[in-house]
Amino acid sequence: MDQYIDIKVRVWRQAGPKAQGHFETYELKHVFQGASFLEMIDILNEQLVAEHKDPVTYDHDCREGICGMCSMYVNGHPHGPDSAITTCQLHMRKFKDGETITVEPWRSRAFPVIKDLMVDRGAYDKIMQAGGFVSVNTGGVPDANAIPIPKPVADEAMDAASCIGCGACAAACKNGSAMLFVAAKVSQLALLPQGKIEAAARAKAMVAKMDELGFGNCTNTGACAAECPKSVSLANIARLNREFLCAKFQD
Amino acid sequence: MWLKDSSIGRKFVMSISGLALVLFLIFHGCMNLAVVFSEDAYNMICHLLGANWYALIGTIGLAFLVLVHFCYAIYLTIQNRAARGNDRYAVTGKKEGVDWASENMLVLGFCVLGFLVLHLYNFWFKMQFAEITGIETGAFDPQNGAAYVKALFTEPVWGQIYCALYLIWLAALWLHLNHGVWSALHTLGWNNLVWMKRIKVIGCIIASLAIAPFAIVVLYYLGMGIAML
Repeated sequence: MDQYIDIKVRVWRQAGPKAQGHFETYELKHVFQGASFLEMIDILNEQLVAEHKDPVTYDHDCREGICGMCSMYVNGHPHGPDSAITTCQLHMRKFKDGETITVEPWRSRAFPVIKDLMVDRGAYDKIMQAGGFVSVNTGGVPDANAIPIPKPVADEAMDAASCIGCGACAAACKNGSAMLFVAAKVSQLALLPQGKIEAAARAKAMVAKMDELGFGNCTNTGACAAECPKSVSLANIARLNREFLCAKFQD
Repeated sequence: MWLKDSSIGRKFVMSISGLALVLFLIFHGCMNLAVVFSEDAYNMICHLLGANWYALIGTIGLAFLVLVHFCYAIYLTIQNRAARGNDRYAVTGKKEGVDWASENMLVLGFCVLGFLVLHLYNFWFKMQFAEITGIETGAFDPQNGAAYVKALFTEPVWGQIYCALYLIWLAALWLHLNHGVWSALHTLGWNNLVWMKRIKVIGCIIASLAIAPFAIVVLYYLGMGIAML
C-alpha cells in the first residue's frame, strides 16, 4: 500500500550555463507514494516558492513517457531506479521513508546545462538534421501495400523508432557516447526499403555529426540499452557499425 | 583519415588490433602447451621461433599491434572523459547487465601490460633477445628453453610466487578478453538480435581457449614445484 513518506531531496542547482553548480538538500514531509516523481518536484517547488526561493528548473512535457523531455539522473540512474520508463513515469513508491534522493542533470559535454536540471539537447536535433530522414518528392499518397515489407523487419524498424531522443543513453554511458541514439535513428530507416537508398550517406553524415558535437566513443558496455526508457537494443549499434564500415569501404 | 577521426573508425582499429593479438595468444598458448608433453618438442619450437627472419618480423608486427592498441586506448579514454563535461556524476548506480570488466577495460589493460613487461623480461629477453644479440644472460643455454622455463617456475618459493603472479595475470587477461572478443565482433558489425547471446558465448569460449593453454602450463609447473618442495 502506498504511504506518506518523509524524504530529503539533494538537487543539483546551477544558475546558468556558465555558473558553477552545487548540490542543495531540501526536506520534504508527507509525500504520498502514489505521486509521480515530477509531482514530487512540483511539491518541492511550491514549498520553495512559499519560502521565496528560486524553484528547481526542469524539463517536462507530456508526462506520459512519449515526448522524451524529462531528463533527470536520479540516484545514479537516468530516469530513476525503475527500468524501461521515463522520469515522468517514475513513482514515489520506488523510494523509502527517510531516503535521500540525489537528482542530477544529464552530464555530457554535448548537453550543456541551461539551468538546474534542464540541459540543452539540441545536439540530438543536429544529428537528425545531418541525415535522419528520407528524401522524398511529396506527390500523391502511394498505396500502403505497394512496397511489401516482412513483418519481422517492420517490427525491428518500429522498435528502433521507439527511441524518443531523451538522451538517457549518452547520460548513462561512462564514455558519454550517443551511439545508441544514432544507431536507433540509422536503423529505423536502414531496415526499410524507403530508407535503404540513402543508408550509406546517412550513416556517414550522422556519425560525423555525432563526433563533431563531442560525444564519446562507444566501448559496448551496454549501459545505454540497460537504461533506455524504450529498451532500444544494443544490436542496433552493430547495424550502425556495419552500415558505416560498409559505406567507408565502398569509398 | 577516418580510422583516426571517426569514432567508429577508432573502434574498428581497436577491434582489429585486439582480434589479431588474440590470434597470436592462441598461437603462443598452443606452442607453450608443447612443454607439458615433450620438452624436446618445445625446444624445437623455440628453435623455429628464435632468431629467424620470420620470427623477427612477427615480433616487430606484434610490438606494433600492442603499441597501436595501447595508444588508441589512451586516446579514446581521454576523449571519453572529456565527453562527460565539466562536472561528473555524484552518484553512479549499478547498471543491470553491464559487466564490471566492460567498464574497466583500461584498468585491466594496464594490469595485462604490467605483467607483460615482467613476462618479456623473464622470457623474451632471455630467450629470443639473447639469441639475436648473442649476449650472455647467464641464465641458461638459449637452445634449451624448456630447462629454463622449468627452472624458473619450479624453483622453491620464487617459482611458486611467479606461478601465482602469472595466474593473476591470466585472470586479468581473461576478463579483458571476455568483454573484448565479443565487443570486437560487435564493432565489426557481426551481431543482431539473434546473435547477441551467441556472440557473447563465442567471445567467452575464445577467451577461455586463449587463456587455458597458458594456465595449464603454469598449473603443471606449480604442481611440479610443490611436489619438489
